[in-house]
Parts: sequence; structure tokens; C-alpha cells
Amino acid sequence: MTAAVIILTLLALIFGLALGYAAIRFRIEGNPVADEIEAILPQTQCAQCGYPGCRPYAEAIAAEEAEINRCPPGGEAGIKQLAELLGKDIIPLDADVGIEKALPEVAIIHEDVCIGCTKCIQACPVDAILGAAKQMHTVIATECTGCELCIPPCPVDCIDMIPTKIDITNWHWGKPIPITTISEIADTRGEEVA
Amino acid sequence: MAQRPTDNIGKYLHNFPGGLKLRHHKALSCCKPLPARYLPLSTEYCIPVSQHLGQPAEVVVSVGQQVKKGQALSTPGKTGNAPGAFVHAPTSGEITAIEKRPVPHPSGLNSLCIVLQPDGKDRWVELEPVDDYRKLDCDELIQRVQAAGIVGLGGAVFPTDIKLQGTSCLINTLILNGVECEPYISCDETLMKQAPGKIIEGALILCHVFKIEKVIIAIEDPMDVCNLELEQSISEFNAGDCVEVIRVPMLYPEGGERQLIQVLSGHEVPAGQLPISLGILVQNVATVAAIRDAVIDGIPLIERLVTVTGAGIREPQNVHARIGTPIADLVDFCGGYTAGIARLVMGGPLMGLGLRNDQLPIIKASNCVLALTHADITSTQPEMPCINCGNCVSVCPAGLLPQTLQTVIRAENFEALESLNLDACIECGCCDYVCPSHIPLVDYFRYGKGEQRAQAKEKQESDIARLRFERREQRLEKQQAERLARHQRRKRALAGSSSKKDSVAAAIARAKARKQVLAANQPDTNSETGKGENS
Amino acid sequence: MSEYLLILVSTVLANNFVLVRFLGLCPFMGVSNKVEGAIGMAIATAFVLTLSSASSYLVYTWLLVPFDLTYLSTLSFILVIAVMVQLTEMIMHKTSPLLYRVLGIFLPLITTNCAVLGVALLNVQEHHNLLQSALYGFGAATGFGLVLVAFAAVREKVAMADVPVHFKGAAIGLVTAGLMSLAFMGFSGLANL
Repeated sequence: MTAAVIILTLLALIFGLALGYAAIRFRIEGNPVADEIEAILPQTQCAQCGYPGCRPYAEAIAAEEAEINRCPPGGEAGIKQLAELLGKDIIPLDADVGIEKALPEVAIIHEDVCIGCTKCIQACPVDAILGAAKQMHTVIATECTGCELCIPPCPVDCIDMIPTKIDITNWHWGKPIPITTISEIADTRGEEVA
Repeated sequence: MAQRPTDNIGKYLHNFPGGLKLRHHKALSCCKPLPARYLPLSTEYCIPVSQHLGQPAEVVVSVGQQVKKGQALSTPGKTGNAPGAFVHAPTSGEITAIEKRPVPHPSGLNSLCIVLQPDGKDRWVELEPVDDYRKLDCDELIQRVQAAGIVGLGGAVFPTDIKLQGTSCLINTLILNGVECEPYISCDETLMKQAPGKIIEGALILCHVFKIEKVIIAIEDPMDVCNLELEQSISEFNAGDCVEVIRVPMLYPEGGERQLIQVLSGHEVPAGQLPISLGILVQNVATVAAIRDAVIDGIPLIERLVTVTGAGIREPQNVHARIGTPIADLVDFCGGYTAGIARLVMGGPLMGLGLRNDQLPIIKASNCVLALTHADITSTQPEMPCINCGNCVSVCPAGLLPQTLQTVIRAENFEALESLNLDACIECGCCDYVCPSHIPLVDYFRYGKGEQRAQAKEKQESDIARLRFERREQRLEKQQAERLARHQRRKRALAGSSSKKDSVAAAIARAKARKQVLAANQPDTNSETGKGENS
Repeated sequence: MSEYLLILVSTVLANNFVLVRFLGLCPFMGVSNKVEGAIGMAIATAFVLTLSSASSYLVYTWLLVPFDLTYLSTLSFILVIAVMVQLTEMIMHKTSPLLYRVLGIFLPLITTNCAVLGVALLNVQEHHNLLQSALYGFGAATGFGLVLVAFAAVREKVAMADVPVHFKGAAIGLVTAGLMSLAFMGFSGLANL
């Protein structure tokens, strides 16, 4: 009996020491998972998730402090990618943080109303607004991420969000709508007859 | 010397995977009357500004301006490195509008068009012919080709000058593609019969400029007359030692660049690479003829041969149509529609584009206007589940797995598409044609390609946004640190002066501090455009 | 030599631990959603199984038998396995943090994977020597990995297929596993061990 206790204790002790050494040997620094999460996030820096930017949110997800459904610009597709990366279930977007927009939007400043207060310039996380004090400001449309952070600071309410237009240069084929019933066939036939 | 992929080209014929044997319906339109007739002037021409693949062009004319035939209407856009091409006036007249109008495009969206009202005089702009093309060098040729607005006339409409630019001195074989594998279309065949000299001369120009050793004109097996005409023309130009006509068996889609190369050389162009990697340049016969016109006569690309055919047309034939002519005018010229027309298509029956009406203009890509009757169209069938029969796999000329691609796209798993090489799909429609479940496979592939491209663009944009955000954070941090440092310096200076022991030293310190503050402020106010930051 | 070969053939194919003996079904169903995850799990299990079957043999012959404590074999084997799993976890966390995240709870659960304990106990039962024990463990892990990766590949395809609503998820997974098990019956008689 005593032998059994001693031997098992000894065994456990040896293994414990080995594990302790391994813990030091294989210590990890930094958070490589956060980088991969950040690569999926849309980088609008809109802070709708409740974190001050995409990087902090990525770190929060990596640390399992935040759910993966708090990014409205990323939308369903973003959640799906995150779920696949992290081996989690796909969950719907958290309604508290906002809704996914059908089309990406960019900000536009009504230049005749703008008083040149520079408040929006300070608010823009990606430096997409150009202008100087008491001069009219304008949005560089190609750099704008559509985060809407410039709208609340504007004292004269001269910034609007407009959805990007679909034209021939950025149009692409949509998902085919399968024809399933005979009546639908009749419908398409009717359309095709010139 | 090491064996080159082009050494034995054309000696034996090879096969490409898949393909379909189709009934050709070419006799309908081919070569009655020869030479093809010219369309009379229309009452209005609508010339889309972006007819080529790539960047929208820049309009260089204004409303109300009088233009002459062949005058440039728009130049390639300067934004970015994307390819662009010139567009020219098809006849002389007045520009009546520059506005968005419907164009032949699958989206059905409007695009910027220049509308030209002909004055009926058809006066040419002053042309700059070249007496002897042997004096031209590579850059001059490319410049002339660009100024003539030549694009690939086989249907891809890639600007030819850009294709040639990437080519210089890397190629030793030129393949002239006269294989019109799509049923119904016969405009290239007509061109080869009525103007073989233009094609041969165009090929000789390219040969001379790019030091090409060998030219192969690939035509389809049944084109007997073409063969004779071309051979005769080759002997007229004394080009027998470098130009060769090769007949390839009829198999759809043999007219595809990669498929034709595989048939002639036995080598497959690697995925993601261009034929140049094998030392081969492929040009459509019509493109080469256009190059000849541009170089020798200085004529820009303002018209093309168009096949107007199908059971829905009374007198199917090939016609010379100016770019911008309404399709309705072509149809009227060919006797109008027959009763029972069901569908109007631009291009061939497999890869063509269904048109909503006949008011759309002919563009550089329009090789065929096809009017089909109900008898020609199999009635639309409901889509059934895929039964994994593998028919699509056996006919795919790119060696892809259409049914796997289709399930992956349907599951919206776009990341997996790259490993399945969706990019290599040429949208030939073979898989659609054989599918017993009537699945619109090509529609799925187009959707998948579009999504893939959109996602890549989003990724690029988000990378830029991240970079800008990081830079801004860094800059703000630096500013904060500077402000703190300035604050502390001022504090220290104040503390020094309060000792009152040597007021002179304190005054000096104050002056120095002010100077430093000024110096620190100077670059700040310059670089920060109106940050409104007060220190 | 042929004896060792026989052990391998037996454990990998004929007496496959998952599909024939029905051991270790928990990770088999749990981490077979994606091939990448399945490969990671297969490697982790192979590492744990080979090491633990060898070291549990050592513990058994050098500690338990001399001190006449064979009745404690299950207890001490679990100890050995737990230590090996901890070690694997640390190594994996260091080398592939993403895989570590994806495998999640299933990584520590290798401890309770009955195939692992089963192999250790079977080694004792069959009176294997050290090399045989290690080979037995390695073979079992290879068999486990083989069917896990194959199953994951099938499930990836099934996930995209048009499965009837009531069969979606675990149901069609179990049907697939059953069919695979039937297929592995074909190996019976190849090696009797």
C-alpha cells in the first residue's frame, strides 16, 4: 500500500517537473491569431463593434472576450469567414451593433453648407477628408471606408452617406435564379419573345 | 540548342481535352454576296466610349462639334495602368450628344456613348499612310496600332497595342486564328475569301517588326475555298517559306486561343500565363487585317465585318458595318425579320449575349447578329439537381471540374475556387450544352468569378484602409509626444525663472524656449493641413 | 519482421480502431468538419498515441510489475496519457496557434479518447514488447488519422450537397460513418491479431 502511494507520487512528481519545463520551453509571445482575425475584418475602423478599431476588436476575439458577430460592415460573409477560421458556429449579426448595408457607402460633404470647422477631419480614422480651417472640405471617395464617424461631429449636418453606384465597370453577374416550375418557364418565355 | 515548344508547331495536329462537335449552320450566311456589301449611312451613330476590356476612355470631343470620318473621339483613360483604346468617328458629321445610353452588355446598364449625326458627306480626316512598312520599328508600329484603336476582333476586345507591347522579341511564331468554331458565325471566313491579301500583308508586317520566324494561319477543315484563296495570296506575296495554312478539324471551342495552341503545338499554355510563355502570339485574322489597314493606309478601326444570320433573318449575309450602327439597320438591310423570331443574340449561340432590343449599337466586339426562331431554341427547362454524371467534365476544354465548381459556388465557398482554377474557365458553354439536368453552369461560373474579383478588390481596399489607419495612429502618437515635450520644456523654463536669482539667465532660457517652440511648430503647421491644432 | 508488418496492417486496416472496434468516436465525429482540422487532430493523436503506448509500457514493466502494482495500471496509464496530451497541447499552441484554436476542446479531450487508453491496455493484454507497443500505438494512430481525414473529406463534400433537411448535420455524418465502417469490413481476414 505504502509502496503504491510512494511510486505513484514519484511518477506524478517526475511528470510534473517535465511538464513544468515544457511550459517554459514552449512559452508563446504575442497573439498570432489576432493577426489572422484582423485580416478578415473589413478595416473600416468604424468602431460599431464597441472597440476603438479593427485591431482591438480582433484582439478581443482572439482573447475570447468578444463574439464574432459584432462587425456590421463585414456582415454575414465576414461572420462566416471568422467562424471558419476559428472553428465556431455561424451566428447572426448582433442587432445591437447595427445592420449590414446592402451596398457599400461613401460619405459626401455638401460643399455649399460646409463651414470649414475641421471637426470631421479629426474624426476620420483613415485620413480620407481633405480641407483646411475655414476652407471647404471634401471626401476622397476612393479612400473613404463608409464608417460614418464624421457625421456626428459635423455642426452643420452637411455630410451624407451615399451608396456606391453600380455601373458597367463594377457590375458583375449575380447568382443564377433557378427555374423550378412550369409556370416560371411560361413567364420567361413570355419575356423572351421580342 | 534546346527544343522550343514552337519547333514542331503545325507539323502534327494534337488534341485538347473535351470539346463538342456541333452543327455549323454556316452556309446560311457565308459568302452570298461576295464581296460583302457596305451598309448605307445610318441616320445616327451611337458609339460607346468603353468598347474594349479595361479602363473607361476619356472623351476628347464636345457636343455640337463637327468631326470627320476617322477622327478620334476618345483616348485611353490616363487613370491607372489598366488598358484602354481609342474610339473614332465612323463617318463625318456633328456630335449631338454625349450621354449614357443602353449598350450591348450583359448588365443591361447604360454606359457613356458619343452620339454622331452624319452629314452625309463621309469626308475623311487626313490620313497618314506609310509607304514602306519595313522602315517601321517596334514602337512606331505599336503607336500606330494604338492610334487606330485596334482591339482583338475575335471577341475578347483586348487592346491590341497592349498585347503587342508585352510581346516584343519574345515570340517566334505567329498564329492567325481563322477558326470560327461557333456555329452561325462566318465573318472571318468571308474576310479570308474576299481579302486574303490584307491578312497576309498584316502578318508580314508583324513578322518584320517582331522578327517572327513562322506564321501559321489556322482555318477549319471545311473552309476549302479559303485555303485556295490564302495559298494564292501567299504566293503573290512570295511568303511561302514562312507562312503556312493549316486546316484543323471542326471541334468547338477550337477557336479559343489556348485550345488552338494546344491543337497546333501539343503544348498547353500554363494556367495563369499567356501564350508568350511558349513564344507564341495569337491574333484573329480580322485583327491582323485591321493592323494592315492602320499601318499601311493609316485607317483607324471604324468598321468591321458582321454576320447577320439565323432563321429569324430573311436574307442572312455578311455586311461591312460601321461601329455605332444600330442593329436594327443591319437587320433591315438584310431583309428584316421573318415571322416567329424568338431571340436576338450578339455573337454566337454558345457564347453570345442575348439582346433586349435591336436599338443597341454595333461595337468592336460584335462579330455576329443572330436572330433565332422558336424552333432553334430548346425550351427553357427547370433546373434539376446535379446527378454527378460527369458529362461536363468530359467536355470541358480547360480540363476543369464543372460540377465541383458549381457545388462550391452554390455553397458560396469562394475561397475554394482558387484551388479549383475557376480563372481558367473560358465560359465556352460546353458544360451547359451537355448537362442533362439543365443546370446553367456558366451562369454560376460568371457569378463565382464576379464574387472572386469583388472580394479581391475589397481585400485590397481594406489593406489600404488599415495602412492609412496605422499611419494616422502613429502620427497622432507622435504629435501627442511632441506636445507633451513642449509642455514640459515650458514648465521647466518657468521653474527656472521663479528662482529670481539670475533674471538674465532666465530671460535667455525663455527666449531659447520660445525659439524651440517656434521651430517645433513650423514643420507642424506646414505638414498638417488645417488640423486646427492649437499649441 | 513479418510480425511487425502484421501489427501495422492489423491496426491500420483490418482492426481499425475507429471503424472496426468503434473506439475514439468522439473526435471522429467532432473534428471531421474540415480536412485541415482533421489532419491536425490526426497528427496530434499520432504523437500522443505513439508516445503514450511506449511510455505506458515502460511504466508497466519497470514500475508496476516489479512492485506488484498491476492493479493500478489503468490509473497510471491515464496519468501518462494526460501528461502526453498536455505536452502536445503546449507544442501545438506554440507551433500552430490557429490549429490550436480550431481543435479547441478536442485537443485536451484526447486524454479521454478511449482509443488511447485502449491501446495501452491492449498492449499489456497482448504481452507486447517495447517496439511492438510503440508500433501498435503508431499503427492505431495511423488508422485513426486515415479514417478521420477520409471522413472529413467526405463530409466537406456532403456539406455542399443537397441533403434532405432532416438528415443535415450529425445525422448524415453518422450515416456516412456507418457506410465507411461497412467498407472497412472488407479488410477483415487480412490480418488476425
